[in-house]
This record gives sequence, C-alpha cells and structure tokens, in this order.
Amino acid sequence: MELNAITIGFVVFSIFTLGGGFGVVTTRNLFQGTIWLMVSLFGVAGYFVLLSAPFLAAVQILVYIGAIAILITFAVMLTRSVTRIKSRYVRLVPSFIGSLALFLVLLLGITVPIFGGQLPEAAPETVATTRDLGAALVDENGYVVPFMLASVLLTAAMIGSIFIARDENA
Amino acid sequence: MDELCTGLCRLMVDSGADAGLAQFMSLLVGVLLVSGVPLLTVILLIWIERKVAARIQDRIGPNRVGPIGLMQTFADLLKLLGKEDITPTSADRWLYNAAPLVSFASVVLIWAVVPFTPFHYGVDLEIGALFFVAVASFGTLAIMVAGWASNNKYALLGAFRVVSLLVSYEVPLVFALLVPVLLAGSMSLLDIVNAQTGMWFVVLSPLAFVIFYVSSQAETGRAPFDLIEAESELVAGFNIEYSGMKFGMFFAAEFLHVFTNGILMALLFFGGWLGPLYYESPLIAFGWLGLKGGLIYLTTLWLRNTVPRLRIDQIMAFNWKFLVPLSIANLILISAALKALQEIGWAPRDFVGAGIGDLIPTTIIMLLINGAMAIYLLGFLRKRGQEARRESLTARAALAQAAAE
Repeated sequence: MELNAITIGFVVFSIFTLGGGFGVVTTRNLFQGTIWLMVSLFGVAGYFVLLSAPFLAAVQILVYIGAIAILITFAVMLTRSVTRIKSRYVRLVPSFIGSLALFLVLLLGITVPIFGGQLPEAAPETVATTRDLGAALVDENGYVVPFMLASVLLTAAMIGSIFIARDENA
Repeated sequence: MDELCTGLCRLMVDSGADAGLAQFMSLLVGVLLVSGVPLLTVILLIWIERKVAARIQDRIGPNRVGPIGLMQTFADLLKLLGKEDITPTSADRWLYNAAPLVSFASVVLIWAVVPFTPFHYGVDLEIGALFFVAVASFGTLAIMVAGWASNNKYALLGAFRVVSLLVSYEVPLVFALLVPVLLAGSMSLLDIVNAQTGMWFVVLSPLAFVIFYVSSQAETGRAPFDLIEAESELVAGFNIEYSGMKFGMFFAAEFLHVFTNGILMALLFFGGWLGPLYYESPLIAFGWLGLKGGLIYLTTLWLRNTVPRLRIDQIMAFNWKFLVPLSIANLILISAALKALQEIGWAPRDFVGAGIGDLIPTTIIMLLINGAMAIYLLGFLRKRGQEARRESLTARAALAQAAAE
C-alpha cells in the first residue's frame, strides 16, 4: 500500500470509526457512549469523502450526527442512571462467537465471490456528481420506486408517532 | 500539478523550492488565512456589537481603551486569558473541555466554503450549501455536550431548551436555503452567486429571505430567540460553569456566527460580490460582499437590541405552526412556478449568464406569487392576533368579575 494522502485519511477515519465503536460498547456512561457513537459516524462520513461522495458525507453528518445522535442524547437523558451503570453483561463468550461469525461472513461475502457475487470491479473513472445522484433518484430506470417507498414509509412513521404522542383529551 | 500550483506556490517553485513542499506550504498558508481572518474579525465584531448596542440603548459604549474604545476587546481578551481555568470537580473533564472548541470550530469551518471574491475562496465544494448546514449541526452538539458535561442542572436545563430551539429552527432554515439552490441549480456557493448576475434572489423570492433571516437569527440565539443566554431565567444557560477563555470561546463563536450569517445571506440572496465594477479588481468585489454582509449584520444587531425575549412555547409554536408550513409552501410554489415558466420559455433554463432582460417575466411572476402569499399571511396573522387579544380580554373580564364577587 503506497503512502499517500488517501491512505493516511483511510487510516485516520478507520481509527475514528473502529475506536468510536469500541468506545460505545465499553464505556460505563451512556452519554459518553452517544458521543463515541458520533465519533464513529463521523469516521464513516470521512470514508464517503475518500470515496468521492461529498453529498453522502454531508448528509451523513447532517442526519446521523445532527439529528439522530442528538435525539439519542435526549432519549439517554430521560433514562435513569445515565452515568453509573452497575450491571454487567455476562454472556461474553456467546456474543464474541456471534460477532466473530458475523464478521467472517461479511468478510467472505465481500472478498470471496461465493454468494454468486461478481469479481470486484475497478472503480469507475468518472465521479458521480450530486446532479447524477438526484437524477438517478427520480429516473424510472433508476431508483424511483425505492425512493418513493422510503418516502411512504417515513411519512407513515411520522403520522404514527404523531398519533401515539397525541394527547387523548386534546 | 500545474493547475494546482499557482500564485504563492508558483512563486516558491520558481525560486527553487521543491514542488510538493511548495504546494503543501501554500495550502497551509491558505488554511491559516481562511481560519485566521475570522478569528481576527471577531475581535472587531465584539467592539462593533457593543458600540451599536450602546447607541441603541442611549449609552456611549466602550470609549476608554484606545481611540474610541477600539482596544477594549484586547483588554477583555487579556483579562479572560488571565482568569483561572476552572474545571468543576464533578464535571466530565474531557467533554467539558472539548465543547468550547467544537462550538468555535463549527463556525470557523463555515468560512472554508465562503467565497470572498470570484477568485478567492477556501474551497468551492459542489455541496457548499449542504456543508454549511452539516457543519452548523456541530454547534448544536457542542451546546448539548457543554450543558451535560458541566454537571449543573441549570446548565442542563438551558442546554435542553436551546437544543430543542436549534433543532427546530434548522428545518425552516434548510427549506429557505433550498430556494436559492433551486434557482441556481447548484449547491456551490460560487455558482449561486454567479447565477445572480441577472437578478438578486432576494427579488425573486423575498419570502425565502425573510424565513432564512428569522431562522438564522434563532440559530445564533439572538433576541427575540435568545434562550441561549437567558440571564434572568437560568442564571446564564448552558455555559454557566464555564470561565475564562473557555467561556470566551463560546462567546466568540456566537459573535462570529452572527456575522457569518450576514455574509451567507449576502451570498445567497444579495448577489455576494456582484455590484458595479466588481470585475475590475478582487478588492472591489470583496468590498461589495463586505458591505452587503455588514449591512445585514447591522440589522440583526438592531433587531437584537429592540425586541424582547419570547417564551419557549411561543418560539416553538411560531416555528412549527407558522414558519415550517410557510417554508414548505414557499418552496413548493417557487419550484412549481419556476418549472412552469421554464416549460413555456419565459424563464431561462440556466440562470448563469442570464441578463436582466431575460429575467423580467420571471421576476414579475415570482414577485406576484410572493406578494399574494405575504398578503394572505398578514391577514392570517391579523386574525390570530385579534383572537388572542379577545381571549385575553375575556379572561381579564372574568377575573375582574370574580374579584368583584
């Protein structure tokens, strides 16, 4: 692997992503856990920049850190004993085996074409612009159906949450 | 390498420096300039803010240190630096110390995409407008972290309501931001300015500008949305446990954010550096941008020192029941009208390079749409105001009757 700016960036963002993930599962403090989660998500945003997808990087920051993680901090503060969690998770061996198996399956699935996958293709030379992304989302040969389905799902979720949260007497 | 290596870098290569090193050095200088200029600007801004506030309140303001008090901020800075650096015993040390840094960085990072002139900018991101919104969300995060890490219930309460305010007003801000993006057909701030050569976007969509103005006033936590610093209610708010320069950084971030928003509004709606003779020299272009941004900045100061603070429920109701529906309706109407005009050929497909003549029909129709919406809104607000007044009058009458009995 040659040492250039992209390699350094990859290493730095990998440290962010994995270190953040490690922090989430090891900290005894729920609030610090959410902060570690944000660090991890930030690392993922860095990957998007390295992959020449600035739009996805900005959306990653905006949606995951700016909205979802902030909401998680709100939810965390409404739970009891945010800082000092006494109970320990005891089933370490089964969870270790489970996560290792999942990791291996993912690793094999990506690197070895055993699930009918294709050989890894070379990255396309042209960089998809935000304009291409937008056109693909509304193109009938592109992703218009998944896009519409996702919109319907989100709308349904929003209406559902309003319905649940509504005051009965109002 | 050649197109990447111009100006200072070229100069260094010509005088015998290594090409890679020269490029790195010139990039470093650029980064230092882009981040250093805002840092110095904020010192002047604090003085301007204090002077303007003082004049509005019929005072003189800082006038002892230096000529007309210009050095006052430096004295304050030295004082803040000399203060004891306190971290409360029960605070979360790491997060407590990181919060002011994140808060300030969230504002300085915006300057990376701000183009000062057609040729001088940090970086012209394809997603400039989105970058600005994404970076601003770090500011929200910093406040939340500061409030929690201080381990003080006033700080936490303050952080709670500020964060709910910031998250809420981000919605109309983004919807209003989408209007210039839609008109220019690009999220790059450079393209947005270039698309305004024919007509400023504030003329095409004054309502979007008003929505953006109001919500950015809320985003910076200025009156009438100054819940961030409600001295009379929560002692100070989220920054109560902070002292010395850490407190100073929160403040510097706020002052700088206000000015940054002024510049952004000038870029998005007032044509940035466009003005008579802007193409003659970058200095003139920069002057136009500074003038427009500065004027908008002064109006925010004026507003801040004129209106009283609103209650949190009023602020939330105003946002969710008025500003958000309005911004969505505005966006839908503008996009539909623009598409229709382009289909019948009255509006240019591409605003870049369109002259003022090409845009006359578009302007007239857009103004009509905006005017109709404004008239409807004013009527709506009038009705709501009358209802509220009637309710308070009946409540007062009932109270008086109860007292009489």
